[in-house]
Amino acid sequence: MQTISQKQKSIHIVTPNSFLAWIGKFLLILIALFALFVLAKNLIAKPTLFAQNVLDGLKLGFVYALIALGYTMVYGIVKLINFAHGDVFMVGAFVSFFAVEFLGLHVWPIAVFPDINPLLANVLGTITIILLSMVICVLLAITIERVAYKPLRDAPRIAALITAIGVSFFLEYFGLLEFVFSARFIPYKRPFEEMTWYIKDGIHQVEAGVTTPPGSITFSNIFVVIVIATVLAQLFLQYLVRRTKIGIAMRATSFDKPTARLMGINVDQVISFTFGIGAAFAALGGVLFAIAYPSIKTLMGVYPGLKAFVAAVLGGIGSIPGAFVGALIMGQAEILTSAYVSTPMRDAIAFSILIIVLLIRPTGIFGEPEKEKA
Amino acid sequence: MLLEVKDLNVYYGAIHALQGISFDVKEGEIVSLIGANGAGKSTTLRALSGLIRPRSGSISFKGENITLAPAEKIVKMGMSHVPEGRKIFAPLTVRENLEMGAYIINDRSEINRMTERVFRSFPRLKERINQLGGTLSGGEQQMLATGRGLMNKPTLILLDEPSMGLSPIMVEEIFRIIKEINAEGTSILLVEQNAQMALSISHRAYVLETGRITLAGSAKEIANNPQVKEAYLGI
Repeated sequence: MQTISQKQKSIHIVTPNSFLAWIGKFLLILIALFALFVLAKNLIAKPTLFAQNVLDGLKLGFVYALIALGYTMVYGIVKLINFAHGDVFMVGAFVSFFAVEFLGLHVWPIAVFPDINPLLANVLGTITIILLSMVICVLLAITIERVAYKPLRDAPRIAALITAIGVSFFLEYFGLLEFVFSARFIPYKRPFEEMTWYIKDGIHQVEAGVTTPPGSITFSNIFVVIVIATVLAQLFLQYLVRRTKIGIAMRATSFDKPTARLMGINVDQVISFTFGIGAAFAALGGVLFAIAYPSIKTLMGVYPGLKAFVAAVLGGIGSIPGAFVGALIMGQAEILTSAYVSTPMRDAIAFSILIIVLLIRPTGIFGEPEKEKA
Repeated sequence: MLLEVKDLNVYYGAIHALQGISFDVKEGEIVSLIGANGAGKSTTLRALSGLIRPRSGSISFKGENITLAPAEKIVKMGMSHVPEGRKIFAPLTVRENLEMGAYIINDRSEINRMTERVFRSFPRLKERINQLGGTLSGGEQQMLATGRGLMNKPTLILLDEPSMGLSPIMVEEIFRIIKEINAEGTSILLVEQNAQMALSISHRAYVLETGRITLAGSAKEIANNPQVKEAYLGI
């Protein structure tokens, strides 16, 4: 009881009181009202266009969710913001690029079973590409953890954080070398063809060279793939963390490492496992991102990485549902800003959200105040 | 000899916390370590279970040298440590806490059997099975911590201050269960500030003072020692 009251007192002291805080809140409410007004105006004026934007925002948000999960899980267990995570995402995209472009790995089902159903062939081929990216990224992330973070496990947190930034720069500038990924934009060959449909009086397929009628909403098989993959990944993660022994061990380790060791839990293995799961999701995100926006480059992980980090903070870092919700909000914020404010503003809005969250509710939507341990 | 500690030295930085202590626990025994705050009781247990590394000396368990063995390995050998302050996994349910206690056991039916066994000693836990550990009362948390420590079927269980912060009725209850656990064949190394209670159920005891063992003997001898009476029993 005593510690709680002390904490409340200390929070009270840090809170900038009365006038300034009041002005700040007033301004924020004003901005929020303005944003709502703009959105409502556009929703009423062109409802289908608005729905289209929301759909595009969902597509982006789902990919952010896959990256944000890695940030939040790793933070939950080692209290480290793994800034190299966005670059693992980039490596995932590049692995799939090489697998499709040079190995042609996505066509193996047709090569092996010539009269296979084409849809099934596409699904199997794409899954193969994703699995390969996942394996490479998992190995990369576990290596990073072993080499760069594990030796600093008992060091002050800031040391590990700076190391994470260093690892991120290393991956980025190593990738920029001419004989690695180079600095160029590289056109990405999808493992399957894009197909688009439009919704107006039912669902119709968009024919090549034919414009869709005005007032229709279009969506593609890529959107469907992203939604299905992300939802499955999220469900798998919930199952893993809630129901399996290793998942419960992850939560136990995240809460109290020495006591977890007393249970016979190998804490190092659990930490490696967590980095691995995060990296597998980042790889999935990387492949889907490249499929959705088919032009890749070495620094492609920087902004999605940072925005997914903001999403994780917004949702409450350490919380898995929080990362998901935060990412969906970020996707909407970004696309709606591009559509109704201006495209260059979208990054500014994304990072303003970070600042606002840190000012108003540093623990995020689902976060609980961090307990202080001796 | 189940557990044999020889000339153990532990440092926290420059502080010489354990200054060459030696003691042992035989199969089937309850052995108490009594002493004041800061005497090194918890440190001793932490060194035994592998949470801290001794600088010198040796610990052997079931005839094997475990002085520098990692905590995970020591648990697998059959030593279970119920830490000071209970250290319940607050965001995990009672059931999940117990499952973590049985982490090293892979046989599902064995885990279920141990869970039933723990519920027989602590029926209260069964009522709270889906409740989060952090929402339990102090006494219930102690039950959960002790039950969790039993889940991996230890041959030796280290109990650190099981009576701390509990009501007198709860203390009686916990000590009754400790005796019961011992009667079923588990050896116990008990660390307690409540020396009177500890000595009443122990076979042997050691008195620890600022990192040194100053007295050893049967629980009866220790309880009758005039200095112990004055310093720890408040008589």
